[in-house]
Amino acid sequence: MNDDAFIEQLLAGTPVAVARALSRVERGGAPARALIQAVFGRSGRGYLVGVTGAPGTGKSTLVNALAKHLRTQGRSVAIIAVDPTSPFSGGAILGDRLRMQDLYGTGVFIRSMATRGHLGGLATATADAALVLDAAGFEIILIETVGAGQGEVEIARNAHTTLVVEAPGLGDDIQAIKAGILEIADLLVVNKADREGASATVAALEMNLNLNRETRGWRPPVLKTVALRGEGVPELAEQIEKHRAYMETNGLRAAKERERAQIALNDLLARELLHRALARLEKSRVDDLIGRIAGRDLDVYRAAETVLGQFEV
Amino acid sequence: MPEAQPQPPIRVLVAKPGLDGHDRGAKVVARALRDAGMEVIYTGIRQTPEMIAEAAVQEDVDVVGLSILSGAHRELFPRIVDELNARGKGDVLLVCGGTIPDEDYAQLQALGFKGIFGPGTLTTEMIQFIRNEVALRRTA
Repeated sequence: MNDDAFIEQLLAGTPVAVARALSRVERGGAPARALIQAVFGRSGRGYLVGVTGAPGTGKSTLVNALAKHLRTQGRSVAIIAVDPTSPFSGGAILGDRLRMQDLYGTGVFIRSMATRGHLGGLATATADAALVLDAAGFEIILIETVGAGQGEVEIARNAHTTLVVEAPGLGDDIQAIKAGILEIADLLVVNKADREGASATVAALEMNLNLNRETRGWRPPVLKTVALRGEGVPELAEQIEKHRAYMETNGLRAAKERERAQIALNDLLARELLHRALARLEKSRVDDLIGRIAGRDLDVYRAAETVLGQFEV
Repeated sequence: MPEAQPQPPIRVLVAKPGLDGHDRGAKVVARALRDAGMEVIYTGIRQTPEMIAEAAVQEDVDVVGLSILSGAHRELFPRIVDELNARGKGDVLLVCGGTIPDEDYAQLQALGFKGIFGPGTLTTEMIQFIRNEVALRRTA
């Protein structure tokens, strides 16, 4: 298939082409960039919903239930499910799909992505994957990550609406608050709400919100769901819509797009500038600096300044 | 700008078609493939041919591995191959395992199954086979 035909099929939403495009952006490099350049002008209509939370909170089950509900409303939905790559083997078991059995044959596109140990580049790969799905015509793109590391949390935060999923009985209620990821939440969801302690978890989250939220016009609602039974899911979908409307009417959507663009650009520049700068330095010079820092002969700040001085920045 | 990953990990769909609920073997294989550096999408049990093919397409896998211990392979495998072909994924490397009698091997090979890993197959054999086959396809 030549490139033009491939792009055409991708923009038409043909599954094989979409899947191949996702593989291409995951792999990175010049072919990925060429693809993004070819289709980015067709993106921007898709609405990104990030879903994050600790392992075991039922995120995949919730995503399954939410996507199912959105389909009954006639919305087109795609899902990116990110799971960790083993740092030892470089492999991964991508098991989120297992929880999404209801979605087969409904037109929902599900793609499992491994972190592939390129934490810095993961945000780019995921953003590019979302862009591809957006260009392919999916109205709502759910991005699910495990909120275990800063990188994964950033991915969820980079969405238009971010859900943080909690579950009762996973430990001290205070843990959730200390974790810090609550601050990125536009909506808080206590899943497995049929379990003991659900109300206490909700109360703890509400209390935390009362203490913290003065600055924003949107107070994240704390919702209860039992994803396995679909309970609370229509209400969740409604709240996502409310948040979306809130963002639109306050010009916040546009501001969010600028923020996303800034993050994407800074991210890429940081990695690329570092790479190019290091490439221009003699390895022996860098090794020498490293040796001097480790030997307590030179502090890292001055070492960095001598490097930067070479570039006149 | 960064180069493309020279060799992206091999992506394998491990699927259990039909009503067979014995998933221990499939999970052992999934873990072994992961430990060998592959990305494994495990579908779970009770998969129809349509579900398997849809997953194979969306995940753009290199390999579809079918695990079956119910004896229904002669019924189900041709339907799975048909679904894969119909969706434009007929070029995927097909392997299978479980309780598959020797006398059925010829039929499965004719269907396109390159690897048939019966009981007693070492995971290392499976891994090597998949790596070799995928490498051939990637250079083709």
